[in-house]
Amino acid sequence: MADSSTLIDMQNITKVYQMGETKVLALNGVSLSIEEGEYVAIVGTSGSGKSTLMNIIGLLDSPTEGVFQIRGQRADGLSGRQLADLRNREIGFVFQQFNLLARAPAWRQVELPLFYANVARSAARGRALETLAQVGLADRADHKPEELSGGQQQRVAIARALVNRPSLLLADEPTGALDTRTGEEVMALFEKLHAEGLTLVVITHDQEVAERARRVITMRDGAIISDSRDAAAVAAHGGSNGLSEPALAPLPRPVAIEQIQERVYEAG
Amino acid sequence: MKLVRYFPVAVDSIRANKMRASLTMLGIIIGVAAVLIILGVGRGASEDILGEVASQGTTRLTISPSTENEGEGAGSAVETLTMGDVRTLSDPAFHPDVRQVVPQYGGNIQLVAGNENTRARVTGTTAAYADVHKLEIAEGRFLTEDEITQMSSVIVIGTTVATDLFGRTQVVGESVRIDGEPFTVVGVLAESGNAGFGSNDDSGFIPIGVAHGRVFSVPRYRGEYVVTSISADAVSEERVDAAEQQIEQTLRLRHGLGADDDSDFSISTQASLLDTIGSVTNTLTLLLSSIAAISLLVGGIGIMNIMLVSVTERTKEIGLRKALGAHTSDVLLQFLVESLVLTLLGGLIGIGISYGAAVLVSRIPGFPIDVLIGIDALILALGVSAGCGLVFGLYPAMRATRLDPIVALRYE
Repeated sequence: MADSSTLIDMQNITKVYQMGETKVLALNGVSLSIEEGEYVAIVGTSGSGKSTLMNIIGLLDSPTEGVFQIRGQRADGLSGRQLADLRNREIGFVFQQFNLLARAPAWRQVELPLFYANVARSAARGRALETLAQVGLADRADHKPEELSGGQQQRVAIARALVNRPSLLLADEPTGALDTRTGEEVMALFEKLHAEGLTLVVITHDQEVAERARRVITMRDGAIISDSRDAAAVAAHGGSNGLSEPALAPLPRPVAIEQIQERVYEAG
Repeated sequence: MKLVRYFPVAVDSIRANKMRASLTMLGIIIGVAAVLIILGVGRGASEDILGEVASQGTTRLTISPSTENEGEGAGSAVETLTMGDVRTLSDPAFHPDVRQVVPQYGGNIQLVAGNENTRARVTGTTAAYADVHKLEIAEGRFLTEDEITQMSSVIVIGTTVATDLFGRTQVVGESVRIDGEPFTVVGVLAESGNAGFGSNDDSGFIPIGVAHGRVFSVPRYRGEYVVTSISADAVSEERVDAAEQQIEQTLRLRHGLGADDDSDFSISTQASLLDTIGSVTNTLTLLLSSIAAISLLVGGIGIMNIMLVSVTERTKEIGLRKALGAHTSDVLLQFLVESLVLTLLGGLIGIGISYGAAVLVSRIPGFPIDVLIGIDALILALGVSAGCGLVFGLYPAMRATRLDPIVALRYE
């Protein structure tokens, strides 16, 4: 079922956490497929299961049941070491709090994944500088986090996520710690990376952030309650990823999601 | 090869917390410096004593009475070694490997000159003593054969005795009184320059007959005056063992000891003395070093403590590194190398301090011993500090590897 352009394929993923005596069903039979080059937002309230879904996509967690494949490779049965290598190669993480190392200059932050990929130090430095230039921070390579603005720090983190040329950039509330203006810096960068063909998955509860994506997956109570490919947005950006679905009637975006959610609440 | 790459990471982390790192290292620094200095003092003292013993000749044998091991006088010397034994041992026909035999009877006694007095260890002996014990004379001469046989009232004194009594050492011809009886000073010994072992600076030597007959009240055994010890000189270093056997045979025979009886005397050679001194100083050094090693243990626990703090503080960093593809072994090595760098650095500083102390001590004029720190002690110190880092860093590093990246990334 997964063709060559499918990056992530999830079939019937269930995740159960044991919280003391009670079992919590974090994901309840989620099936999802993400193609290469897609720009996906996963939205939902806290407790909707979106973080669990992100952890599974990011290979940080493994499902209780179901099959998870990345680039056609099944993740179940992999050792911790193999998972770490797969994460290192395929996934670039961007976190809400940037998670930069204190006191290290930007280029050292960016080369970190290359350290674990066993890239020689000189080559790693070169690639780190290259990637910093790609996110527009060529002149900030020697700056430490405390010398950078929030938006710049997040861009350093994005450069770190990109440096090992991953298949997927996985961002968890990437603008959550930023103000509107610096948040916009980051979103514009995502736009640019998407245009360059990178696959992006953004987990957020911020509608404005979600609207920027070409596809919005809404989670609730551990299940996907809507999965809309926004044809208008695709059209507006030139349909560069070839995922246009003209059959889907374009609604004004904020309304679309809210209406869907309302409908679901009413149904529940 | 990859191991080397953790060192910059470790150095960065240590530099980020300089104060904390240096306080933590202090434990290792003090531990290593203490162990090295104690080992160095032990070795220096041992070399010093061994050198002293060796300079007194290696062909000498010393015959001492055994000590009583039961009854009222337990612990005191058995008084069975006599002048008769000395005379018999002096017969070269039965003791071809014994060159000289010198009796000694000594005790602490008061010497008086004018208004001054001092206590000295006065030994009655014979003229050959100077030769057998390699005495150096600074002024005058040692006792002569004639003075021994005539039981002249003459004395040879050490420099401390001379300066205590006369305020100077050029005192040949002066008179010293023992129990009111005047003795003429015929010689002053050269200063040994050594306050410790083998010094004769506070000694006096008088003819054996005078010691036996007039100065001390000496008991007799089978009609002969007893002696406190007998020195003998073997003809050569190779014949020391043969000389020892000859002496032992004669004495056992004279003392009427059967095959199953224990000897009532003991014979020690310089070689056996060297062995004994060596083992005594080794034991002492080992004992003191183990006490110093406790401070290393405390230092190591300090390292463990600070590494645990470091792991907790950097929970989020560990989560990040795991998310970015760090293997469990990467995390383990990162923290192990960090504690290793801490302890090795501490060890190196400790070595530097102990070397500084050794140089300082060697510059103090007249300080009796040198602090000798050998390459083996250095390797030991480095090995121990590296071992400390590994042993005490392991548990914190394991804690780091066990962190779940999802939980760790959310840690605030």
